[in-house]
Amino acid sequence: MKISYYPGCTLKTKAKNLEDAALASMAALEVDFEELPRWNCCGAVHSLADDDLIHHVAPVRDLIRAMERGSDKVVTLCSMCYNTLARANLLMRDDEVKRKTINDFMDEEKDYHGEVEVVHFLNFLRDEVGWDKLRSKIKVPLEGLKLAPYYGCTLLRPKNVSIEPPGHPKIFREFLEVLGARVIDFAASTLCCGSYQILANPEAAETVAATILEGGINSGAEALVLSCPLCEFNLSKKQGDLLQKNMLSQEVPTYYFTQLLAIALGLGGEVCRFDLNDKISAELLKSKSLPSCDQAILT
Amino acid sequence: MPITISEKTIKSDFIEKVKKLSGQNIHKCFQCGTCGGACPMSGQLATLPRKIMRMAQFGLENEVAESKTFWTCASCHSCSVTCPRGIDLAKVMEALRQLSLRKNVNYVEPSKLPSETVKEMPQIAMVSCFRKMTS
Ligand code: SF4
Ligand code: SF4
Repeated sequence: MKISYYPGCTLKTKAKNLEDAALASMAALEVDFEELPRWNCCGAVHSLADDDLIHHVAPVRDLIRAMERGSDKVVTLCSMCYNTLARANLLMRDDEVKRKTINDFMDEEKDYHGEVEVVHFLNFLRDEVGWDKLRSKIKVPLEGLKLAPYYGCTLLRPKNVSIEPPGHPKIFREFLEVLGARVIDFAASTLCCGSYQILANPEAAETVAATILEGGINSGAEALVLSCPLCEFNLSKKQGDLLQKNMLSQEVPTYYFTQLLAIALGLGGEVCRFDLNDKISAELLKSKSLPSCDQAILT
Repeated sequence: MPITISEKTIKSDFIEKVKKLSGQNIHKCFQCGTCGGACPMSGQLATLPRKIMRMAQFGLENEVAESKTFWTCASCHSCSVTCPRGIDLAKVMEALRQLSLRKNVNYVEPSKLPSETVKEMPQIAMVSCFRKMTS
């Protein structure tokens, strides 16, 4: 079984902290991943208009690249890429008419019928690595950290691509428990962060982002755990604005789930690129005597 | 402002276009309001999704367009997964956006974004926003 890894655009720039920590963790878990040798932007969102097939071409091309390598799985880290690839995959698997149109249009590509499975890294860790094996590899348990997992939208909606059966998701909780953290569930963990409205209607996006952050800290969490660079932007990078506008009562540390994985696997702070997080996130780890980043960034 | 429902609006091809683009039967909506309860943007909306559905059922194209609801929608699918009638409302919102965008009007003008904004935004924010808000 060959496993392809699809990074997506943002992981190569703004979200290096999501990717680097994941790649180091995959190596430590002896998972044989290979980045697709050629890939393109998935388009970030699934086209919802019934007649708009052209925008499915980008994600389908990525899936064809994985199929050509003989992969039966393509693993993603970014929630938006996961959603876009998974939905395009289902479309190619289930909609005979659209599949034919798209395959005919891409006349130089091999025909695609949904052969590859799109898997989010959290599911990969649970189903392929297994919680027990992962638990046995933990060297630095995240003891004393009170973490609130934040799912957002694209890991769970729509139902046909949800990373868990719809209802009360628990995969993120299980993952963080394996890492040794205390997990705090909170009601806003599946609320939308405002997504791309941060560009078009920033006030609307800021309002929901503040609701999520306040919900997390009011439930007793010390930090939020994320898997999407757009959620990270709205929930972390924009915190300065929220504080300034009195929409938020205090700074809230945030981490990508892969950063916490790398720490717990004993890979140290270096691979986690905490310099790309808010300072307060690295400081919280340091206050718990967990690896974070060098002092120069903290001071 | 009074809203006039006439034979002309009910028979307009707007209703058919929305149904076709969204692939959803908007007439199934029975106005329960579950969608608005689930919508993260409802606090910012002058017109809740339920009302948009009613207006669309009556072919009130201009009123729907003026509401701006579909421009505030974040395509989060919270409404779609909770609608008791099984309507994928996110697709209806997309159809409404597309009906505006296909008149060659952009809601967001990429060239007018401040350079600091472009610099700080993750790519997925820009790609998704331009996909939803430009023609
Ligand atoms: S949840 Fe469904 S049936 Fe209820 S108002 Fe919204 S669209 Fe109509
Ligand atoms: S998809 Fe749009 S209308 Fe539906 S709940 Fe989300 S933001 Fe509201």
